[in-house]
Amino acid sequence: MLEVRGVSKSFAGFYAVTEVSLVVAQGQIAAVIGPNGAGKSTLFNLITGHLQPTAGRVLIQGRDITGVPPHRICGMGMGRSFQRTNIFPKLTVLENVQAALLAHQGRGRNFWSRADALCREESATLLASIGLADQAHMIAGTLSYGNQKQLELGIALASDPKILLLDEPTAGMSANETHETIALLERIAGERGLTLLFTEHDMAVVFSIAQQVAVMHQGRIIADGSPATVRADAEVRRVYLG
Amino acid sequence: MRCRKTTWYSRFPWMLVVFVAAFSIPWLGSRYDTFLGTQIAIDALFAVSLNLLVGTTGLVSFGHVAYFGIGAYICGILMKTYSMPFALALPAAALGAAAFALVFGFFCVRLTKIYFAMLTLAFSQIVWAICFKWDAVTGGDQGLPDVPYPALDWMSAIPGFDSLRIADQFYLLTLVVVVLSLMAIQRIVTSPFGRMLTAIRENPERAAFIGVDVRTYELAVFVLAGGFAGIAGALFGIFNRGVFADYVYWPKSAEVMIMTILGGIEYFWGPVVGAATLVLLNQQITSYTQYWPFVLGVILLVLLFAFPGGIVGGIAAGLARLSGRNGRDVRA
Repeated sequence: MLEVRGVSKSFAGFYAVTEVSLVVAQGQIAAVIGPNGAGKSTLFNLITGHLQPTAGRVLIQGRDITGVPPHRICGMGMGRSFQRTNIFPKLTVLENVQAALLAHQGRGRNFWSRADALCREESATLLASIGLADQAHMIAGTLSYGNQKQLELGIALASDPKILLLDEPTAGMSANETHETIALLERIAGERGLTLLFTEHDMAVVFSIAQQVAVMHQGRIIADGSPATVRADAEVRRVYLG
Repeated sequence: MRCRKTTWYSRFPWMLVVFVAAFSIPWLGSRYDTFLGTQIAIDALFAVSLNLLVGTTGLVSFGHVAYFGIGAYICGILMKTYSMPFALALPAAALGAAAFALVFGFFCVRLTKIYFAMLTLAFSQIVWAICFKWDAVTGGDQGLPDVPYPALDWMSAIPGFDSLRIADQFYLLTLVVVVLSLMAIQRIVTSPFGRMLTAIRENPERAAFIGVDVRTYELAVFVLAGGFAGIAGALFGIFNRGVFADYVYWPKSAEVMIMTILGGIEYFWGPVVGAATLVLLNQQITSYTQYWPFVLGVILLVLLFAFPGGIVGGIAAGLARLSGRNGRDVRA
């Protein structure tokens, strides 16, 4: 599904990511873990086209997407959420997902119909599936933090992705919110047959849902495999799990 | 937590009422009222066109006057030098201004924020310099005097309109062109295209990752805004009976920016209110004191501090408080 081949990225001579290779199979839930500054977010930005790799290639379903700008990658079946919450704060919750649906359906060039009247049912269905139906007409920026993260997931799902990249989906959440988010992610991934790749700090989260875990340290992947093998890996225990 | 609701004052047909009132000025008001009305209508369109960039898309242009001026020159030259009818010169001015916006915008949208603003200003100064020096076409520093009024004999044939002076008739024509343009702009703002622009304003990074090609959309709205500014400029040249290099000079960019911000960039009608306020203030204060720029500056400072969301923003907040709601209803 997703294949990263020997990707490196240097910023003015400093290698944030060095020769990273990673394969995530169709329908897999995979996690990238590692200490702060290990290069996880940089790796994500390389995969999603926000950064251009210095070397290496990125493929989705066998198609090379290296150097393709983000707005096109989005149309090729990849959705993403960001580490800092990334919604359209002054639009209503409904308008947020509606905008994403309109963009996905290529209707953004229509400058003569009323946007409010389009995609209403689809938007409502999508909001219901992420549990935000009751908040549909609230200004998105006034939602609680956990709800904003849910909304961000909704925006990503609007493009009907095959693979979803989530950068720390539970960062800053309370234990309760974390629990709900994980349940939501598992359910949605199951319903839609999504491939998930996420970064995470919370080890309990990682080992509760991930089927594959890759560990990054100083820009390299030092271990990659099932949760059990990674947990048993001596190097991983030394640098990370302690 | 806030919700958005519709209330009686957002459903009230404000636009129709204002249009009818404005349309009756030549019969009910003085010659001077018609003069002010024409100026307000033209500035309102200019300011709303700027707000397509500032309020809707989050692009701050300090060079919007370039397209206003280009529209004025194109229409003026076509009507004076080539005796072209207004019905052709006006669309030509809009298309010409839009074409220049396409070329300049191509470079501007490659930059963001303050760099974008500076480049728009630079392009407008280039346009000004050319208009100021190119004697053969623009009349240089002498400008292009005696731009004729459009042929409006047909209007005199309508019963009730025959008593009107040509300036009144031109005012009515201006009003109709401006209102049609504003309706078109409002339609654009509330369309899916407009929604994409708002998404870009709110969060360009996220917008790109819902599949919006941010630069192309920014360029498209830059061209549209330029075209509508060109229409405003064309009307302004005829209204002033001539086109001069002042119309392309940067203080006019600042003036339209003040109108837009003063009225409220988050509201479709904000810039219209801002334009009316500034024109009326200007006229009032000039008649009392020669130090009007000073007085005007102080008034603007107070208004901007009192209503950070502009006049319309202040009114909306006041109405919301009165009715005990926290909504933001009349927002476009």
